[in-house]
Amino acid sequence: MELAGLGAYLLFFLNLVGIYAIMALGLNMQWGMTGQFNIGIAGFFAVGAYTTAILTTGPADGWLGGFDLPFLLGLAGSIIVCVPVAWVVGRITANLRTDYLAIATIGIAEIIRLFFLNEGWLSNGTRGIPGIQKPLDLGNGGYLLIVLAFVAITYLLVEVARRSPWGRVLRAIRDNEPATAAAGKDIARFRLEAFVVGSCIMALGGGLYAHFVGFVSPEAFRPLYGTFLVWVMLIAGGSGNNLGAMLGALVVWIIWSSTEVLADLVPTALIGSESAFRVFLIGVLLQVILVSRPQGLLPERRPPMPGERRRS
Amino acid sequence: MSLIHAEGLYAGYGGVDILRNTHLRVGADEIVVIVGPNGAGKSTAMKAMFGLVPVRAGTVTYRGEDITNRPPERMVTRGIAYVPQEANIFPSLSVLENLELGAYAIPGDMSPRLEKVFEIFPRLRERRHQQAGVMSGGERQMVAMGRALMVDPHLLMLDEPTAGLSPRLIDETIERIREVNQLGIGVLMVEQNARQALAVADRGYVLATGENRHEDSGPALLANPEVAEMFLGG
Amino acid sequence: MIEVIQLLINGILLGSILALGAVGATMIFGVLRFAHFAHGDFMAVGAYFALTVVTVFNLPVLAALPVAMAGTAALAVAIDQVVYKRIRRVQPVILLISSFATALVLRSAIQMIWGSSNQVYETGIQLPWRIGPLTLKPDHLLIFAAAAGLVLMVHLFLTRTRMGKAMRAMSDNMDLALITGIPADRVIMWTWAIGGALAAAAGVLLGMDTRLHPVMGWTLLLPIFAATILGGIGRPYGAILGGLVIGCAMELSTLIIPGSYKPAVAFAIMVLTLIFRPQGIIKGAV
Ligand SMILES: Nc1ncnc2c1ncn2[C@@H]1O[C@H](COP(=O)(O)OP(=O)(O)O)[C@@H](O)[C@H]1O
Ligand SMILES: [Mg+2]
Repeated sequence: MELAGLGAYLLFFLNLVGIYAIMALGLNMQWGMTGQFNIGIAGFFAVGAYTTAILTTGPADGWLGGFDLPFLLGLAGSIIVCVPVAWVVGRITANLRTDYLAIATIGIAEIIRLFFLNEGWLSNGTRGIPGIQKPLDLGNGGYLLIVLAFVAITYLLVEVARRSPWGRVLRAIRDNEPATAAAGKDIARFRLEAFVVGSCIMALGGGLYAHFVGFVSPEAFRPLYGTFLVWVMLIAGGSGNNLGAMLGALVVWIIWSSTEVLADLVPTALIGSESAFRVFLIGVLLQVILVSRPQGLLPERRPPMPGERRRS
Repeated sequence: MSLIHAEGLYAGYGGVDILRNTHLRVGADEIVVIVGPNGAGKSTAMKAMFGLVPVRAGTVTYRGEDITNRPPERMVTRGIAYVPQEANIFPSLSVLENLELGAYAIPGDMSPRLEKVFEIFPRLRERRHQQAGVMSGGERQMVAMGRALMVDPHLLMLDEPTAGLSPRLIDETIERIREVNQLGIGVLMVEQNARQALAVADRGYVLATGENRHEDSGPALLANPEVAEMFLGG
Repeated sequence: MIEVIQLLINGILLGSILALGAVGATMIFGVLRFAHFAHGDFMAVGAYFALTVVTVFNLPVLAALPVAMAGTAALAVAIDQVVYKRIRRVQPVILLISSFATALVLRSAIQMIWGSSNQVYETGIQLPWRIGPLTLKPDHLLIFAAAAGLVLMVHLFLTRTRMGKAMRAMSDNMDLALITGIPADRVIMWTWAIGGALAAAAGVLLGMDTRLHPVMGWTLLLPIFAATILGGIGRPYGAILGGLVIGCAMELSTLIIPGSYKPAVAFAIMVLTLIFRPQGIIKGAV
């Protein structure tokens, strides 16, 4: 690959890293901080992506659209639409723990995907919505700056939240729910808040994704890309640690991209399908990480309690 | 010679010691009762002896053999049976299946043991095809004890076998435990109903905050004014 | 009315396949305390194992069924020994993620070995029987009979054998099972073997009914979980009933809503069960 091609690839690559870093941060708020096992990320990702696609595109041909709103309003729409969706999902799953919550959320995400797949008047069905523009006619380089700005904002937001009294309550819920309830905290409210905030961050990621690739269709929100990769990132990076979540996004995308190189090296006759081979590799890699280093690259470091000195 | 002997036990959960220098002994054929306030570490002491809670320091000796921190299945094959305080039956299995599983780790024909359990608890024979989870509290306690007896144990450890039972059933359960003991099985039990339990006990221990407070014969403990005031409601 | 009966027949057919998958999933859930997300892909693997036997040895599908079941059982035990066993002591959630990874690995392995396109066991169209206005394919009777036979065998295993009782005991009360001296590791191995074998059977029967495709199992995973949850976790009989209910509900729902929402019906039932009756439909003790 010549240098220009490499540079272009790098820009493309970093955009995706940034978008996935945002989603990993959203998941970290739910799982890393609160212990909510959401594997319906793809659902919120899709809500965010479709909302901005509908709001910001020009005349639609048979689906809902033609609002032609600016980029930032589209993203704001992604988040605003996600609030009631996440709130309802959070409410109905309020009493479910780990496995049950996992099954329920993946079910809901699939319902959302089926909804976008089948309600052609809204989403143009399988054909998807094309023509989603980047703001200010930016290229991938300019857009990367926007994405990075959002990554920075999201990071600051979740990091502040993590260190705040609110974040401490979330962690207390995660580590010892009965004791936290006994201390008089409204567990259900804190849980729901964390769930909604985390989901809205995922929707923001979905919105940025839609403008980056310029096209949304239900295919993109299958559990592999929408949910699984994000989980791999968070677990690999270190759940509970926001820097870890972002590092995980980078590392996993590097690995994901290098599986492409690896797949190129192995004769196709041997592996049948290149994409299958890549998925195979990432699956095996994840197993290796889980078996050998389940705490991730950057394990959680708790912020000190008020008045507590950090032990060195 | 003592059947089981725990000496200087330190054990607890997640690095916090609940037991501190606890010692307990059961002689062959003895009934030994542990009493003490809630949270004293009575259940923890039993679990530590049975290998369910790691022992950090101290030893558990059973018939002259060091069994400290052995896994529970090794305890069972050596003839120690344990009935936990809660969740001590398999609720969706029948009475008979509960008993059969009690003998899982013990090789050989189990029908003589089953017969023995049915002799002690005739009620279980009548209801052997009943699903255990839907039975009354007293019957469930019988299933739990019956399950433990299927091990054909030398030592039976019971954690609060009369908890939640009516006064009549408490007396009956204690009587059954005495019968079991008369078959030559050593019994170590934790009891909240200290009066009835100590009345049949050869010896008793009073445990508080994980430490031994008193140790004496059952009647002597009952007569001890300090013990009476602390645990027997004056 | 005729339409309803026809849909019910289809529903019972789908339901028997779901039931086979759900019995294994519920035992794994009960004994190991985690939702095994690769269960659907075990189904697919089993279906493809059978395909190989059918094409290489030119055998009828039902003859290939035991081979596929044994192969998938061995695979399930091997995956447990190599991967799950090592992370069982960490966090249940890590196990769950790991099973998700297993699902992807199996699915992509199928694509690499057998290709991504649709395949069938036997080419050529079976003439359906017409019973009045109803249609029934001969294969459907075979599928139903095979499913019923397997369910009966599972029942006998669970109620008549020591291992079967130990498995139910572990699913009932894990701590007490350990105290009783039930060998957890052996029970876990058997649970994987039986779960894997039943999943394979479900996959083969699904392949007979429709076609083989790498994601055939994954698409049925959520209906299978729905059946598991509806029947109550760790309750094999509940899972069978749950499978039949979900299967019929999915088919009957096409009377009211577009067929493309069929999977959503299963999820919706599941979510409602989780919210209102998390212990399942069958009233159990405790
Ligand atoms: N699984 C556990 N994890 C942590 N602490 C426990 C656990 N079980 C008991 N404890 C604590 O150990 C202490 C002793 O408990 P226990 O032995 O059950 O008391 P007792 O049976 O005498 O009422 C209590 O303070 C209790 O809170
Ligand atoms: Mg106790």
